[in-house]
Amino acid sequence: MLESFFTRAIIAGVGIAAVTGPLGSFIVWRRLAYFGDTMAHSAILGVALALFFSITPIAGVFAIAVLTALVLAFLQRRGTLSADSLLGLLSHSALALGLVLVSVMPNVRIDLMGLLFGDILAVSVADLAVIYGGGALVLAALAWLWRPMLAGTVSEDIAQAEGFQPERTRLVFMVLLAGLIAIAMKILGVMLITAMLIIPATAARRLSGTPEQMALYASLGGVAAVLLGLWGSLYFDTPSGPSIVVAALGIFALTSIVPLGIKGPSA
Amino acid sequence: MENFTPPKRDEIVRVSGIGVRRDGRWLVRGVDMSIARREIVTLIGPNGSGKSTTVKAALGIVTPDEGEIWRAPKLRVGYVPQKVAMDRSLPMTVNRLMTLAARHTKAEIAAALDQVGIAHLGHAQVHSLSGGEFQRALIARAIIGRPDLLVLDEPVQGVDFSGEVALYDLIGRIRDETGCGVLLISHDLHVVMARTDTVICLNGHVCCSGTPEAVAVSSEYTALFGPRAAQTLAIYRHDHDHAHLPDGTVRDASGHLHFDHHAHGPHCDHQEGEKHSHA
Repeated sequence: MLESFFTRAIIAGVGIAAVTGPLGSFIVWRRLAYFGDTMAHSAILGVALALFFSITPIAGVFAIAVLTALVLAFLQRRGTLSADSLLGLLSHSALALGLVLVSVMPNVRIDLMGLLFGDILAVSVADLAVIYGGGALVLAALAWLWRPMLAGTVSEDIAQAEGFQPERTRLVFMVLLAGLIAIAMKILGVMLITAMLIIPATAARRLSGTPEQMALYASLGGVAAVLLGLWGSLYFDTPSGPSIVVAALGIFALTSIVPLGIKGPSA
Repeated sequence: MENFTPPKRDEIVRVSGIGVRRDGRWLVRGVDMSIARREIVTLIGPNGSGKSTTVKAALGIVTPDEGEIWRAPKLRVGYVPQKVAMDRSLPMTVNRLMTLAARHTKAEIAAALDQVGIAHLGHAQVHSLSGGEFQRALIARAIIGRPDLLVLDEPVQGVDFSGEVALYDLIGRIRDETGCGVLLISHDLHVVMARTDTVICLNGHVCCSGTPEAVAVSSEYTALFGPRAAQTLAIYRHDHDHAHLPDGTVRDASGHLHFDHHAHGPHCDHQEGEKHSHA
């Protein structure tokens, strides 16, 4: 069954979507969309450095994503620039730096489109193992830290006063996000990872009454987007990654217009 | 530091000479404070006098730049901050909010909501609540875990006047029932809970502290808030001459719905009193 590249693509996409649901929900709740984008963009630099030092790209991407988050935290603490200016600075610098570095490297031919938009149709069985192994790890950590993370999302002051460690929780969340970016990079590319984090979560918002519902619906929506997008890319011969994002957008549009009853959660 | 209460038995939090500095400026400095089990401590002071900062330091939310803080080991805290800004993208029912910090049974949740008078709002979305209802939900959330220390930063904000009395009653009742210590920040300089054991008057430092009666007549208090404030420092007395109606309002012995804490003289220019309507 894993012999078909299309089957492997579906399995890979479903695995990624299951993780982006709850992780993306936290990104939406904590207003970290641009932060996620910045970490994803830094992945290019991670790939370039991994090639330079001949290590596996996933390790390079993970390390640089974590480093970017740490640099941001450092600059935020001491600087006078606002967070969104700093994110803009880091996001585009990391992207440009990575692209320049890749282009000057001798004897390296890089599929630039693959880096930017991913290639879900080129997923190998080994990639699947990485996605499901890494994905399970990220989801297990999320489940373990769910209560402190949610408490910190509602109010870091309450979380701190009542015995949680919101600062440490924030750090762990950042590491989990870096982990997801590392395993999803090959599938979705740096440009589309944030889309799969944000769009299914926002689509799930109107249908959800509790945080847990939203996380679950975001995963289901993401899975639906993967199936729909891959089918669309096959049928219309369109690029697969962007097709998945377009399908997610369609699901968002659908949940935005569907009428909710009086007893609906957002009433 | 006159009138500072002597060391108490059964202390749960002790703050000694703490100071918090931001951008080269001391927000508060030289603050001593102690809270024991069954004690209600109320912080009052003008805006920017460091009330919230002091509380945050005592809870470990803010790290003080000088001084020492001691908290009883494994102290269970229930905290109602001054502001909770939940993003609207976060779906949250009142029932779900109750289990934010720990698991609780349905019966415990219902009891906590009932105590603050919003038993009917369990399934409501937090974003759909009014300011007063949200405040009550936050208080229910803070008390549901039966904390050793209940900390409320301006608990009556957004709550109408009769609700204010009911909330102060509730805080006193929780103290009586559970034996927890209570640290309270009052937004209203003139109304301090009668059952407050210790009032600490802050203005960047502790300007006076002691029983409500002692603080009201102290020269530091008069200097800080003016002589008229000293005359009008009313202390809400827990007299059983009124009834709490199911909708949260209070009916006194004569049947009037009101809580008239002080008379407004011809020179009444303080803003605190203006939002209170006199029935």
